[in-house]
Amino acid sequence: MNAVPSLIKRNVKLFFKDRAMFLTSLITPLILLVLYATFLGNVYRDSFTANLPEGLQISDKLIEGLVGGQLISSILAVSCVTVAFCSNFLMVQDKANGTLKDLRISPVSPGALSLSYYIATLISTLIICGVASAVCLVYVAAVGWYMSVADILLLFCDIIVLVLFGTALSSLINFFLSSQGQISAVGTIVSSGYGFICGAYMPIASFGEGLQKVISFLPGTYGTALVRNHAMRGALAEMKSEGAPDEVIDALCTALDCDLSFFDKSVSLGAMYAILGISTALLIAIYVLLNYLKAKKNP
Amino acid sequence: MKNVIEIKNLCKSFGSVKAVQDISFSVGEGELFAFLGINGAGKSTTINIMCSCLSKDSGSVIIDGDNTDISPDRAKKKLGVVFQSSTLDGSLSVLDNLRFRAALYGITGNEFRSRLDEIVSLLDLSEILKRQVSRLSGGQRRKADIARALFHRPRILILDEPTTGLDPQTRKLIWSVIYKLRETEGMTVFLTTHYMEEAAEADRVVILDSGRITAEGTPLELKNKYTGDFISLYGISEEDACSLGLPFEPIKDGYRISVSDTAEATRLIISHPELFSDYEITKGKMDDVFLAATGKRLTGGDKK
Repeated sequence: MNAVPSLIKRNVKLFFKDRAMFLTSLITPLILLVLYATFLGNVYRDSFTANLPEGLQISDKLIEGLVGGQLISSILAVSCVTVAFCSNFLMVQDKANGTLKDLRISPVSPGALSLSYYIATLISTLIICGVASAVCLVYVAAVGWYMSVADILLLFCDIIVLVLFGTALSSLINFFLSSQGQISAVGTIVSSGYGFICGAYMPIASFGEGLQKVISFLPGTYGTALVRNHAMRGALAEMKSEGAPDEVIDALCTALDCDLSFFDKSVSLGAMYAILGISTALLIAIYVLLNYLKAKKNP
Repeated sequence: MKNVIEIKNLCKSFGSVKAVQDISFSVGEGELFAFLGINGAGKSTTINIMCSCLSKDSGSVIIDGDNTDISPDRAKKKLGVVFQSSTLDGSLSVLDNLRFRAALYGITGNEFRSRLDEIVSLLDLSEILKRQVSRLSGGQRRKADIARALFHRPRILILDEPTTGLDPQTRKLIWSVIYKLRETEGMTVFLTTHYMEEAAEADRVVILDSGRITAEGTPLELKNKYTGDFISLYGISEEDACSLGLPFEPIKDGYRISVSDTAEATRLIISHPELFSDYEITKGKMDDVFLAATGKRLTGGDKK
């Protein structure tokens, strides 16, 4: 029983020691920061002010708090998945460089090996996303803080749920990969594509109706919405207390993806957690089944 | 002698490719056993099946009394494998690699420290123990690979082309380590190699071609069966060599005469004593055996 903890320790240590893998996992937050610094910040600000009725005065601090909330929710929603992918690439690297063969000649079951990759990815991703969340909260505190303790706790809860989802998704996809080239290809696609399809780079509300319907089938979308809700709810509540009418707040919630609909039916926060939870369980079940079938084929 | 590896009627196919075709052989305890074949002959497939990393189609593999179908984990514990390319984690130190791999065999804490001391002393690893594997030289990395393979005290050490791509000095170093292991621990060594001079040192040899065993025996038996002897005669003329009526080729300061066996060489010496004042009789080489048995030449990793 020493094997699994030892393998987990090895996998986590390798992830943080392998500079290429570690830095690749940080590329998404960096991309978002650069995008934000160049033009996303203005896009976010414009989208807020465009939804405000004439005559309503909102303080700059509140707008910055809202924009900051949107920025950090984007960074965190994407990072939970992309960091999980990068961390889990160790599983593919071990296949590509023959290390897996070395591990499999020892009396350790394939199930223990798969479990160790899953838990190690979970730990590495939680560490990075936990640190990223702390940095993001410091940033929000600097530009305009409107979050309650409950919001912070729920935000961390969202991160854990999204990391679980990202780890399960990456485990399943990485199961089919076996070369360094495939790692690069999938890494690039996930880093650049996931942010768009989960609504982190651009609000889903700004997409066409057909695309919105397609995206509503993707579980990651609801993860982004959860993070958005808990990062921005305080600022929206403050806006309401400053006199913004309910319809304005509702319009903002829709425009900022805090409210999501599935075929015109509003999806509650509880339902969002359920969607992510069920999706994660399903992905893990498929991953376990694939490992079982593989082990049966090559004991 | 007790057999520590017994393979019977082993078959394995990948689609229409028959990688291993009904092979049977055994390896005695403490033997240096050489398993030869060109790339694709079925050596690695056989090793992967022995290590329970690959399923077989039929046949049986017994490692030191444990059938790999019934108790694969017990069989795995008795095997230490050094792969052709290092499979250690390059960004970790040798010590970390050994610690993480040892835990896979349940070796931790005081047991780990005690075994580490033994291995460090046996392989002279103290200088490289805390160094990152990716920064080691080829020979140092090979020693670290051997340390990993030996850490759990296996009964059998499988060396899959351990010296391929290494310079002669490093090859010599690796072989001195292997000899030391056989001397001090009585280890059974299962070797695959492309270097025929290494195979010539083995107690027994099996030659594999297209998944089938084409020759097996001690190097001497194989040389007697598949090659003749050679008499190197010095200080004679071409006419003298021609007068013997046997195939010959010029060498430095003389001629090399091919004879079918040592008995024929003896008859030749007795019938032409005037020519045999300076001569030597040698057996054929393992290269010749391999060529005769497979029709292919195996030199340093390439089929010719």
